[in-house]
Amino acid sequence: MIPRHLLIGVAALLVLVVAMGIYLRHMRQQARQLESPAADALPVVPPASGPTETVTLYVADDAAGLLRARPAQIPLPGGRQQRAEEILRGLLRIYQQPGAAHPLAAAADIRSIYLVDPGAAVIDLNAAFADQHRSGILSEQLTVNSLVETLAVNVPGIQRVNILVEGKTRDTLAGHADLSDSFDVTAVEQAGNQ
Amino acid sequence: MRSTLNQKVLAILLASATFLSAAPSAEDQRISVYSPVAVYDLPVLERSGHQYVGLLELLEPLGRVSSQTDGRLWRLHYNNVSAEFAAGKTRARIAGRDFDFVAPFLIENSRGLVPLGSLNGFLPRFLGATVNFRESARRLLVGDVAIQISFQLAAGNPPRLAVNFSAPVNPTISTEPGKLRMVFKRDPVVSPGSQSISFDNRIITHASYFENNGDAELEVAANQSVMLMASFSSDRRSIMVSAASAATTPTTVGPLRPTQGQASSASGSANGHRILAIVDPAHGGDEPGGALGDKLAEKDVTLGFARLLRHELETRGFAVTLTREADTGSTLDQRAAAANVAHAGIYISLHAASQGGGARVYTALLPVEGPTNGVFHPWNTAQAPALPVSRIVAAAIVAEMQKKEFTVHASSASLRPLNNVLMPAVAVELAPGPDGIADLTSANYQQRAAAAIADALVSVRDRLASQP
Ligand SMILES: [Zn+2]
Repeated sequence: MIPRHLLIGVAALLVLVVAMGIYLRHMRQQARQLESPAADALPVVPPASGPTETVTLYVADDAAGLLRARPAQIPLPGGRQQRAEEILRGLLRIYQQPGAAHPLAAAADIRSIYLVDPGAAVIDLNAAFADQHRSGILSEQLTVNSLVETLAVNVPGIQRVNILVEGKTRDTLAGHADLSDSFDVTAVEQAGNQ
Repeated sequence: MRSTLNQKVLAILLASATFLSAAPSAEDQRISVYSPVAVYDLPVLERSGHQYVGLLELLEPLGRVSSQTDGRLWRLHYNNVSAEFAAGKTRARIAGRDFDFVAPFLIENSRGLVPLGSLNGFLPRFLGATVNFRESARRLLVGDVAIQISFQLAAGNPPRLAVNFSAPVNPTISTEPGKLRMVFKRDPVVSPGSQSISFDNRIITHASYFENNGDAELEVAANQSVMLMASFSSDRRSIMVSAASAATTPTTVGPLRPTQGQASSASGSANGHRILAIVDPAHGGDEPGGALGDKLAEKDVTLGFARLLRHELETRGFAVTLTREADTGSTLDQRAAAANVAHAGIYISLHAASQGGGARVYTALLPVEGPTNGVFHPWNTAQAPALPVSRIVAAAIVAEMQKKEFTVHASSASLRPLNNVLMPAVAVELAPGPDGIADLTSANYQQRAAAAIADALVSVRDRLASQP
C-alpha cells in the first residue's frame, strides 16, 4: 500500500539509524578499551554505589493485569540515549528475578535505544527477548506498555515508540502484540488508565 | 501515501457498500467472487459495450495489494506480483509477460478497470490459483471452492427429494404451489451437469439450474397441486424437499439457520434484519498461538470456543460466520477483509491464554483523535470511527461475564486485525478460572463465557444495528 519511494526512504533512514547505532557502539567499545588498563586495576563498582538518580519504572503484574509505578535507582550515565538504556535494563532486571510478577527470559536484553528527534524512540530488543517471550495478548501487551510508558515518563518529549528485534521490524512480539507500527505514547498511557 | 491508502479504505467501503443494497435493481450489475478466504460482490461498470470491474477492489480481499497512478500508467503490486497497465491500451505487462485484454484497460479516478472478458486469462498470473469465471452469470470462482450438487429421489408417498451439496450451503428458499426456489448468494455452487434434471416421478418432476448476476438458483418443480417444503440437515450439506398438500399463499424462508430453524429471524435486531457476527477463532494451521499446556495449543481452544459462541449467538437470532471451521490458517489481513466485505455488524476475535485469571476483553489500541501524524495511516486506523461502539460492546461483555462470576477486565491492545476492521470489533482472551488450566478445555467454562458474550451482544444490538 505504501508507495515504493516512501518505503525506500524509510528503509534508508532505518539503515542509517542502525548504522549510526553500530558506529556509536563501536566508538563506545573503543573508548572502553582505552580506559580498560586503568579500569582493570580497580575493583568492580556495583551500580548503586556510584552517583545515581531516582527514576520511575512502570512494572507489569500479570495477575492483576496492570502496571504499577515503582521508584528505582539507576547509575547516572552521561548521554540521553545511554540513560534510556540503563532505565529499561533496570526494568528488565525486575522481570528477570525469580518469582517475578511478569517473568521475562534471563537472556532477554535491550540491544540499544535510538532517540530519533523529534519525539520518536526506537527500542531494539535482542532475539531472546522476543523468541522466549510467553505468547498471549495480556502478557505481550503488558511488556509493550511497560517499556513504552517507562521510556516516555523518563525521557521527556517522546511521542512515538517503535520496537525492533535484532534491528529488524517484526510482525508481533510473540504472536499477539503488533510491532509493525509505532506505538502512540498517549494511546498507551490512556490504555493503562482504563 | 495518504491518497493511495485512502483509496484502499474507500475500496473496502465500496465493496462493503454493495451489500447495503438489499434488493439490487435490474441495472445494478455486479460480479460475485468466491474464494477460500472471502466471498464478496463488486459493482460492474458498462463502458463502450464492455463490462469492467476495478482490479484493485477485486484483488483487495485476496492478498496484499497496492496501486500507483503515474499519468496514463497504472502500476499494481499484488503479493509478489507486479503489473503495469496503460490507459486506453489493450496490452499490459503482468508478472514480466505481456497480456492482451479483450478491450482497453481504463483508468477512472485513479481506479484501474479491467474488462470482465479477460479475467480467466490474466487472474491466474496474480493469484497462482485456478480461476473459473462464468461471464454470462458474472460468477468468479478462485481456487478449489466449487460446491457440487447431486440429487437423490426417494419415491414414496409423499415423495422426498434430497438435494446434496459437497459443502455446507445457506440459500434463501421460497416456495409457491408446484415450485421451490433456492437462491445462492453466498455459496459457490456449480451446475449439476445439465441445466435441467428430470426425475422419474409424477409429483416431483424436475429441477432446473440457472446463474444470473452473480447468483445461482436452483428450482425444484412439482405437480401444480402440491406445495414443496424444504428442511436443512444439521450440517447444511443437504436440503430435503418434500411434497405437502397445496397452500395458496407463497412463503419465503431463510437463509435458514442450521440448528435453530424455529427462532424468530427478527430477534437479531430492532429493525428486523439479522445482525451478522464474524467470530474469528484466532491462530490456526501452522500458527498455533500460545502453548497452554504440554499438548494444548491456543488454536484448538479458540476453535472449540468459537463453535460454542456461534451456537449461543444463533439461538439469540444473530447470523454467524466463523473465519475458519477447521485447523486452517489465514492471514490477519484476510480475517479483516472477510469481516469488512461481509459488512458484519460485529467482529469478535477469540484467544486463550494460561496467564492472568478469568478473561480480558480488548479493543484496538488507537489514539483517540484518529490519525494524528504520518506514522499512522488509514488501513491501520480503519477501526477508529467504530472504536466508541467497540468500547461499549467490550463494557457490555465485561458486565455480562461478571454476572456469571468471571474475573474480567476491559483494556486496549495493539492486536491485529482489530485496528483494520471497519465495524465494532473486540477480542476476548479467555484465561483459566479457579480450576486452573483445566478450565480452558472445560465445555462448561467455555459455555458460560460464550453465553455471557452472546447476552452482551443482545444487550447492545441496537448499537450494532445502527452501524453504517
Ligand atoms: Zn492468541
